[in-house]
Amino acid sequence: MVIGLGHYLTVAAVLFTLGVFGIFINRKNVIVILMSIELILLAVNINMVAFSTHLNDIVGQVFAMLILTVAAAEAAIGLAILVVFFRNRGSIAVEDVNMMRG
Amino acid sequence: MTVTAAFFYLFATITIASGFMVIASRNPVQSVLFLILAFVNAAGLFLLMGAEFLAMILVIVYVGAVAVLFLFVVMMLDVDFAALRQGFLQYLPIGGLIGLILLLELILVVGTYTIDPGLVRSPQVPIPSADVMTNTEAIGQVLYTRYFYFFQAAGLILLVAMIGAIVLTLRERVGVRRQDITKQNARTQETAVEVRKVPFRQGI
Repeated sequence: MVIGLGHYLTVAAVLFTLGVFGIFINRKNVIVILMSIELILLAVNINMVAFSTHLNDIVGQVFAMLILTVAAAEAAIGLAILVVFFRNRGSIAVEDVNMMRG
Repeated sequence: MTVTAAFFYLFATITIASGFMVIASRNPVQSVLFLILAFVNAAGLFLLMGAEFLAMILVIVYVGAVAVLFLFVVMMLDVDFAALRQGFLQYLPIGGLIGLILLLELILVVGTYTIDPGLVRSPQVPIPSADVMTNTEAIGQVLYTRYFYFFQAAGLILLVAMIGAIVLTLRERVGVRRQDITKQNARTQETAVEVRKVPFRQGI
């Protein structure tokens, strides 16, 4: 049995869906939402590398590194905002975030 | 070939199962640990695809830095996680519906796509075979020449993220005595030392 591009794309699709699903069902918990975003970016990375090796083109792996960089930066900023929010409010419930609206 | 297939199914199954546990777990600490498991198994998938450098980077950056950062924040914040799960079942139907639609669409796309054969024949930068140079070397030869500005932009993104995180979480506490070097240097002998003539046998 040959493992081809379709197998990897299916894994990435399932992982992406799990990430989106996680954002929906964990509406109140920002930490799990951030983790879901990480899952989505991981799925995108799997897609990138799968196409890179299938098309015999290394540029996809270079782009996957950039996605990794952005994911790390996003996690750092998101967690910093989370810490500041928790310090101000004493909770991390996302539903309280709209307190800034007029 | 069967060994490759067996390892593919092993890594894929564990990745998806732990990805599901990330979003379904009751305890966020367990979520982070399952996230680490998902990353490690995705690194295994990368290895199977032949992207060794990215696999190692995934383990180092994601598991070593990002997941540990998550774990740190989860454990540092004293959050009542039971209260945060109140709306879990409320959003389950709509979330499940949207997830199902998305998955069906993605699987339809994956099942019916075809790649233009001309694209396979003319890659931008072809991957050299493993006996010519390693994967790391190949990425380096492209990244530092052709995509050099890209590399610089990635560095800038990390710099901005670092400065942003520091500025956001830096807190000026009141009532803490800090060292103020300009103030120290501005002191002269007149403001710092007082010379008094002490009368004999009287004290000050």
